[in-house]
Amino acid sequence: MAPRECEICQNNRAQILRPKNHARICAPCFTALFEQEVAETIESSNLFQPGERVAIGASGGKDSTVLASVLKTLNERQKWGLDLVLLSIDEGITGYRDHSLEAVKRNAADLDLPLKIVSYQELYGWSMDQVVAQIGKKGNCTYCGVFRRQALDRGAAMLGVGHVVTGHNADDVAETVLMNLLRGDLPRLSRATSIVTSTPSAAKAKSADGKVTMTNVKRSKPMIYAYEKEIVMYAHHKKLDYFSTECIYSPEAFRGSARTLIKNLERIRPESILDVVKSGMDMARLVPQEQGAVPEEVEMTGRCGDAKESGGEMAAMERKLQQDEVAATNGIGVEIQLPRSSKNDRELGSAHAHSRETVALKAANDHPDGQNHDRDQLAPVTLPTRTKMKQKPAGRGAEKRTLPPKQKLGQCEKCGYLSSQAVCKACMLLEGLNKARPHTGIEVG
Amino acid sequence: MAESTSIPLTIEFTGGLELLFSNQRKHKVDLPSSKQSPNVADLITYLCDNLMKDPRKDMFVLDGTVRPGILVLINDADWELEGQETYQLQPRDEIVFVSTLHGG
Repeated sequence: MAPRECEICQNNRAQILRPKNHARICAPCFTALFEQEVAETIESSNLFQPGERVAIGASGGKDSTVLASVLKTLNERQKWGLDLVLLSIDEGITGYRDHSLEAVKRNAADLDLPLKIVSYQELYGWSMDQVVAQIGKKGNCTYCGVFRRQALDRGAAMLGVGHVVTGHNADDVAETVLMNLLRGDLPRLSRATSIVTSTPSAAKAKSADGKVTMTNVKRSKPMIYAYEKEIVMYAHHKKLDYFSTECIYSPEAFRGSARTLIKNLERIRPESILDVVKSGMDMARLVPQEQGAVPEEVEMTGRCGDAKESGGEMAAMERKLQQDEVAATNGIGVEIQLPRSSKNDRELGSAHAHSRETVALKAANDHPDGQNHDRDQLAPVTLPTRTKMKQKPAGRGAEKRTLPPKQKLGQCEKCGYLSSQAVCKACMLLEGLNKARPHTGIEVG
Repeated sequence: MAESTSIPLTIEFTGGLELLFSNQRKHKVDLPSSKQSPNVADLITYLCDNLMKDPRKDMFVLDGTVRPGILVLINDADWELEGQETYQLQPRDEIVFVSTLHGG
């Protein structure tokens, strides 16, 4: 096959086939274009203020490694004057995070950026290894997801940084759009497609005293339009050093299926990925705004099995609760009670048991996961959106989506983190963990 | 005599795929070529049958080709520009398989 020339420089051999427009270009033209497109995303959405301190959520994986490299390059080239810092979370997973943190340290050295590592151990008194030893391998992603969300904010606050950027790419967002579509969760779908997801009180809290606290950290995704394929190609051609492995505790559940679907679509029609993202954004405009959303439940687009996005997290929580119940009746395992969740299930069950919408949503919710076949006997209704539904009068939810009465943000009375409940989710999980601590060593299969 | 020739190739697995191939990124492979110049499809079959010790074959190959989400580079160019599985391998070609499926 005769080698084709790059469509841009008309000189080098074409090496990249761009998924979004089938352009055939060479590696140098590609890396320049990739950087330029990220710059356009950033500038057109006014993501940064000149001189802003920005923390890059760095895991050592391909996405955050590319993001750090591109931002460092652009910051100098575009003269944004940003004060960049790498922020890593050490979940305490031996054999996984310890290796990827080494990659982050090498990146920090290569890019000459300061690095801050905050660990679950120091923030919560529990590493994920300890959590898993306590509760077993199932359902632990819930803990990890809830802890991580807060950990990034807490880490940013420690650094006095009010803005955290993450490496979420178009494929991640497309997955999340599909998942929320399949779950019938339009509000969450809407949040997943936002480039910026500030905590709602961010603006106010900041103007009050100008100080960054963990409750006013802004989040953004500068690579929301970048294909995963191009991120990997960028890393390859720039010879970036990244770490790739799956979390040893991560299950392949609902997100895994959405991911496979996206990758299969990409092979047939690569434009599909950006089209799903754009459709998600269009749908988001049709969803009434819920500005008072709980930050813990906001936009945890991610790749850890089902855990980092909140719907799955809640579903995982329910699964966990049920496993605990089963385990308790069998006399094995440790029970970690979350009074709020189980109470909600019951209330919802009675309020919605005969609602057509509920049945339909439940069906959509149960099927793709493939893990919850036994759910029906235990909790008749398991909607990921149930906290919101509960706050509304029983009935059809669609027209009542605006201003759910209890969605108002307060602060956790234990730790001060943003929460719509008296005690935030992390504190509730910790309470369960700490109560059960003496039982360490008992494990659920 | 000509039947027993082989084509020397450099194969690289990255992005997490190396875990399926004895945790080794670079491999020198002499691809047996009983028929005239084997193509990438032949190579994939060969790698799957001979080089891959991990039993999780579907992490690499699915429905007769590399799993969607795994990128293939032929001499540092996207294999989609080179005819994908039908590309006729040449001696000393460098083939890279990169997984995009692993987390970060």
